[in-house]
Amino acid sequence: MSEVPAIAVRGLTKRFGARTVVDNVDLTVMPGRICGFLGPNGSGKTTTLRMICGLLIPDAGEGEVLGLDLKTRRRAIKHQIGYMTQKFGLFSDLSIAENLEFIARVYGLDNRKVRVDAALERLGLDSRRDQLAGKLSGGWKQRLALAAAVLHEPKILLLDEPTAGVDPKARREFWDQIHTLAADGMTVLVSTHYMDEAERCHEIAYIAYGVMLARGTIAEVIAGSGLKALQGEGPGADRLGAQLEALEGVEMAAPFGTTLHVCGPDLPALRRAVSPWADRITFSEAEPTLEDVFIHLMKHAPDHSVLEAG
Amino acid sequence: MWQRIGAMVFKEVRQMLRDPGTIAMMFMFPIIQLLIFGVAINNDPRHLPLAVEANDNSQFSRAIVAGLRNTSYFDVTEIAGRYGEGERLLAEGKAQFVLTIPTDFSRALVRGEHPQVLLTADATDPASTGPAVAAVSEAVNQALTRELSGPLAARVAGPPPVSLVLHRSYNPEGITSHNTVPGLLAIILSMTMVALTAMSVTREDEQGTMENLLATPLRPIEVMVGKIVPYFAMGFVQVLVVLAAAKLVFQVPFVGSMTLLLAVTLLFTLVCLALGFTMSTLVKSQVQAMQASMFYLMPSILLSGFAFPFRGMPWPIQWIAEILPPTHYIRLVRGIMLKGWDLRLALPESAVLLVMLLAFGTIAVRRYRDTVA
Repeated sequence: MSEVPAIAVRGLTKRFGARTVVDNVDLTVMPGRICGFLGPNGSGKTTTLRMICGLLIPDAGEGEVLGLDLKTRRRAIKHQIGYMTQKFGLFSDLSIAENLEFIARVYGLDNRKVRVDAALERLGLDSRRDQLAGKLSGGWKQRLALAAAVLHEPKILLLDEPTAGVDPKARREFWDQIHTLAADGMTVLVSTHYMDEAERCHEIAYIAYGVMLARGTIAEVIAGSGLKALQGEGPGADRLGAQLEALEGVEMAAPFGTTLHVCGPDLPALRRAVSPWADRITFSEAEPTLEDVFIHLMKHAPDHSVLEAG
Repeated sequence: MWQRIGAMVFKEVRQMLRDPGTIAMMFMFPIIQLLIFGVAINNDPRHLPLAVEANDNSQFSRAIVAGLRNTSYFDVTEIAGRYGEGERLLAEGKAQFVLTIPTDFSRALVRGEHPQVLLTADATDPASTGPAVAAVSEAVNQALTRELSGPLAARVAGPPPVSLVLHRSYNPEGITSHNTVPGLLAIILSMTMVALTAMSVTREDEQGTMENLLATPLRPIEVMVGKIVPYFAMGFVQVLVVLAAAKLVFQVPFVGSMTLLLAVTLLFTLVCLALGFTMSTLVKSQVQAMQASMFYLMPSILLSGFAFPFRGMPWPIQWIAEILPPTHYIRLVRGIMLKGWDLRLALPESAVLLVMLLAFGTIAVRRYRDTVA
């Protein structure tokens, strides 16, 4: 495949007043890939998504979305992008079917009735089509929002924390749907806080305080961090966290159930740090988790601002 | 229990102080009300424009003009001997009263024939005419009493030398509803069009649906027009209801052109919608939108000439009232319905509304963007 990236932005920067919310961000996503967009609250995820879908104009930087210039072709881009906002963005006082019909009209879709019916069928909402959208539970709202975002069969789907407040089963089904869409060629950029969701993505991008800190597949990101980890098992292992974190060579120590997960940049140093407890607790080498990497990255990221991004 | 109530009070005060709209309401409302009721509203208006059509240019008519000038009720303009001029001034609203002195007035007066003078009043707003009419009769006779001296002194004895004939133009019976019902058109349209538009736009922002709308190919102008059209239709229905009620229930005369009335109503409705939209771009929530429309509606009702005589207000307040769209629309409605204004007479006020439409429209379109934040 002669691949033109679906999303390719370089040096994307956005300032609100004196505050730089997104600083010099590069991001490339190839067609049909699911890219997880991770980062702490207020790190600039939403702002970046908004710039990509044309809701905000970058103060600096350039890029192409589906080969269209981000700055001059915002309108053309909007036609081919589906965007699911963080907050439920459909009309609570319209029914499920009415919401979908509205979206179909806005995009000027042909065979409106057929498309809406098909979407309702896929959602399993056919029997509740006349129910008001505002009366749906969180999981169903999210499904409806997704159905609305892909009704016009966009080439790119942007999802802003789509699964916040949704139960595990609904989340699983949601991700199955995302993978089906990606298999059909849709490019997906999804922001999330959940590590298990990050692991469902083909690749991830980690942003903190507006700065892109890591990019690549999960294995690449973990390897790139250079972190090493130990897992401790034994009586009282889970209570040692605070003591261990104070020691040199230990970056983080966190309990996982009855076990303790310890990590740091250097394996021998790590082993030295835990040696005083070696008599009663067995430490074995473990794989650093994505969470370890992110917390590590966050600790070492320059803190531009403690304020939450708008 | 008191501690918990105290906690609520404390929280409530904090929130109140953090919301500029509430603070503005708290302080501005009493101040505005005081100004309006204490200073602006005056049910015994003075300095009303009165034109004297002196077809008999004699010492007596000059004395009458001088006498009228001495009362604080009138600002007198003399228009000696141009027949029909008074009627024109009345129609255009430049004069509220016209005193017509007949050609053979002085001869009849000297002969002791108790000649009549005609006072034509613009009675579209009956409240502002009443007290002034009594003042005219008083002033005319006093002025002449001074003038009729020497051999003519006998004319002063007995009944007053001149009798005043009053003609209430446009509203002969002085029926208040003939004045208020047309004015209601302006108030009802202002209330619904401005407030509903402002709130409907802010609702999208508040509920987070705006971001979704803007992510679609919808252009801001399309969102605006789409929002305006239904309200526009609603306004039209309201107008029809008020007009039907005016005719069937209140029997308000309609002497002008219905087409012209609908045309200026269309213009005014657009002004209201543009204003509502402009307001929505300045506020952040539906509550603020409601507060902003209150700030607009209160002076609109009280200062536009709807509730109280416009000419009774001191000039700085009149000047403020001129900025309010309903002031101009009310003049147009009364002019067309009661005075039979044609396009030429309706043009100046319509032009003001048009300028307002362009101003608010420009601000609304400029401030309403297709990006968030």
